[in-house]
Amino acid sequence: MADLDVPQSKTRDLDKLLLRAGNLVGPDFYPGAELRDDIRDYVRVLVVGAGGLGCELLKDLALSGFRNLDVIDMDRIEVTNLNRQFLFRLEDVGKPKAEVAAKRVMERVSGVEIVPHFSRIEDKELDFYNDFNIIALGLDSIEARRYINGVACGFLEYDEDDTPRRETIKPMVDGGTEGFKGHARVIVPGVTPLKFPLCTLAETPRNAAHCIEYAHLIKWHEVHGGKSFDPDEPEHMKWVYDEAIKRAELFGIPGVTYSLTQGVVKNIIPAIASTNAIISAACALETLKIVSGCSKTLANYLTYNGGEGLHTKVTEFVRDQDCLVCGPGILIELDTSITLQKFIDMLEEHPKLLLSKASVKHGKDSLYMQAPPVLEEMHRPNLSKPLYDLMGRVQKDTVHVFGTALKNEEKQSSLTKLRVVFKGADGVTDMDTAIGA
Amino acid sequence: MSKTKYDRQLRIWGEVGQAALEEASICLLNCGPTGSEALKNLVLGGVGSITIVDGSKVELGDLGNNFMVDERSVGQSKAKSTCAFLQELNDSVKAKFVEESPDTLIMTSPSFFSQFTLVIATQLVEDSMVKLDRICREADVKVVFVRSYGLVGLVRVSVQEHTIIDSKPDHFLDDLRLNNPWPELNSFVETIDLNVSDHVAHKHIPYVVILVKMADEWTKSHSGNLPSTREEKKEFKDFVKSKMISMDEDNYKEAIEAAFKVFAPRGISSEIQQICNDSCAEPSSSSSDFWVMVAALKEFVSNEGDGEAPLEGSIPDMTSSTEHYINLQKIFLAKAEADFLVMEKRVKNILKRIDRDPSSISKPTIKSFCKNARKLKVCRYRTVEDEFSNPSVTEIQKCLADEDYSGAMGFYVLLRAVDRFTANYNKFPGQFDGGMDEDISRLKTTALSLLADLGCNGSVLPDDLINEMCRFGASELHVVAAFVGGIASQEVIKLVTKQFVRCWGLTSSMALITSLSY
Repeated sequence: MADLDVPQSKTRDLDKLLLRAGNLVGPDFYPGAELRDDIRDYVRVLVVGAGGLGCELLKDLALSGFRNLDVIDMDRIEVTNLNRQFLFRLEDVGKPKAEVAAKRVMERVSGVEIVPHFSRIEDKELDFYNDFNIIALGLDSIEARRYINGVACGFLEYDEDDTPRRETIKPMVDGGTEGFKGHARVIVPGVTPLKFPLCTLAETPRNAAHCIEYAHLIKWHEVHGGKSFDPDEPEHMKWVYDEAIKRAELFGIPGVTYSLTQGVVKNIIPAIASTNAIISAACALETLKIVSGCSKTLANYLTYNGGEGLHTKVTEFVRDQDCLVCGPGILIELDTSITLQKFIDMLEEHPKLLLSKASVKHGKDSLYMQAPPVLEEMHRPNLSKPLYDLMGRVQKDTVHVFGTALKNEEKQSSLTKLRVVFKGADGVTDMDTAIGA
Repeated sequence: MSKTKYDRQLRIWGEVGQAALEEASICLLNCGPTGSEALKNLVLGGVGSITIVDGSKVELGDLGNNFMVDERSVGQSKAKSTCAFLQELNDSVKAKFVEESPDTLIMTSPSFFSQFTLVIATQLVEDSMVKLDRICREADVKVVFVRSYGLVGLVRVSVQEHTIIDSKPDHFLDDLRLNNPWPELNSFVETIDLNVSDHVAHKHIPYVVILVKMADEWTKSHSGNLPSTREEKKEFKDFVKSKMISMDEDNYKEAIEAAFKVFAPRGISSEIQQICNDSCAEPSSSSSDFWVMVAALKEFVSNEGDGEAPLEGSIPDMTSSTEHYINLQKIFLAKAEADFLVMEKRVKNILKRIDRDPSSISKPTIKSFCKNARKLKVCRYRTVEDEFSNPSVTEIQKCLADEDYSGAMGFYVLLRAVDRFTANYNKFPGQFDGGMDEDISRLKTTALSLLADLGCNGSVLPDDLINEMCRFGASELHVVAAFVGGIASQEVIKLVTKQFVRCWGLTSSMALITSLSY
């Protein structure tokens, strides 16, 4: 039933959504070929993670009119990935996920450009993230989510009323899955996982997981001192398994298996292709809607619980005004004489931050970096200089600090925004304290 | 190697579920993005075999929505390209294709479908759905209908009867019998003194023991009754709290939190009662294993169970000394084992009565049944024909009037309306760029007449929805196809593995509609 008068378009189906006017659309929807072409030519999307969600996201975005994609992932392909990460084959095991994923999608969808980044997300400059219009997350770790959340919120600038300036808002679409369940959301902070209390492990174990975690967290350090446990090292895993069995036998607790040991130690999340497909599709569609306005976007949150039937729940999720990360930033008042070193020390003591080993950035300038060594050495001279001077002698401005924070007894990488205000920096010298008047 | 490959999914449905998947043969009708995305997920999961039926050739427009085809396949059989790509994803799967239009097969070779476990029928119009459904019901083949239309998706399962033993619900109350302890549990509880002087021992008495003891004390002073009114329940909780000797006694805190389990009604749930009262629970030579076991369950509940199902046997984690916990576990496991042995005997007797081999239902099957006896599910789906000719008028009207459901229900009606439209005008409304206004008004008329046929004369379909449906113009967007294909593949997995809850209530009359237009 083809319409013979009109030449066939490769984007036959997408055209109906982007080229046609409608009533149930976003507020800034301007349908037309220009919209479609602009999305294709100018919009840049970063996909964070090239695993179960990442593979699906790349495919979905490539087939939704996006042509300029980047993907970042620090992992290599493993056999256990193959039941759902469909861009990888057996012969790809060992290769970087980002590179293989990019290559495969480019092979199948002509015209799409995907730049792979085989690296940790923390190793990229903040500017790298700023180049994208949308960041789509296909992550499996809360830490990574928190980091990217911090990065995106770090780009926010505020006007006099402390409301964020629209052009500095960097939308993020975040997907997560576990077994049959999943969620898709538009810019929301993460949730913390549960851990066993240490005393249960040490004194009153009751189940197999307790025995395993005892061997993994307590016994390992007792026997192996400073050597860190590597879950990917089969000998280490076997050691934990053997110890767990011993302990289980001692307490008469059944159920310790090698598979469970791996699951508990590696915090393995059961995963299947279908859930990833569903959630990624929802995320990719939201990305398209945000960018084009072709339909109304999610009011923040979609949850999917496939095990109980099916419920998509679209919930409004309100921003926490006091959010440390995406709010206007914690206010820090400083004397103009404070050195950068002193400032960094203060961050460790600050009750709301407790940030150790901080790196400091002022706008585009790095004032000090803890790593890598070559940059640390380069910035070291700044430590003895007054922060006020390093920041260009302005009365107040924003800085970003990045380091390790202690939250709920857990160490996390933390990127935080601070509003620094300098006292006595309005040009008037305090005559009483001036030396040698 | 395959064990490692499937590791992440084995943790969800286990070896038994995986075996069921590997035995299944799936037929896909139409391999556009909707069908092929659904099938992709199943191939990755290791389904036994797939057969793709599609007579079309790959067009240029397919390159914009279908990952299974690429530039080299333009002009070639879509079924062939899709099959080749899917085979690459998992070489353990047997993949075949038939270059034929599904409608032709439905019309001319209905027996073709009997060889399959399940048919995934995508992008079929109403008439074809009805015909296929009839054929598959006759042949006892499961069907999952899937449709993707603009931003609307539909998934409709059609199976005569689907019984689930291992339903694996997300949240389900544990089987502690705090409101109805059996003799051995009572004996064990009696050996433990709550008023022990050693503080460490005091705070390591498991809450099960605490609550059984306190419930016993309560009933003795309340004419044999458990707390039932709001005041009584509060009084009971305070009673438990009064036994705490310091604020750091987690076991007592757990006891207070778990006190509601003492107030819970005894015996089996109304849902399980319903299953036991089902006409299929009367065993006959044609009874399936499931119903034979239900018949045994019914007998058990009326006799040895004294109103209760076989004990599930596991206990949740709780603050306790290792010794108490292990002992408690043993008691629960012992009773579960005893109940199982009774059930096994009854199953064997029933099988004898209906002239079947008494060992034809395996021990592991009966064990699993006992463990899951409180969580059984039976799903029966009415035929598509029945759905169309005997619509649930009140349900439709209610949804159309409800702010939260009017969108989805509106699209359900419109999805059927566009099929009628096609039957009349030989194209979908808005399929081509010209004549949009005419299509909109025609669709409106068609929809109104459909509403009248459905008995919903008073109901209204907003114009915006009708316009949007025309805007969609029967487009098959990749992301919507992937979304609804993903959902469909999950339903297939649940149907094939017979695990996880599959339906809403005992009978399901309608499809699942998802509208990604919020």
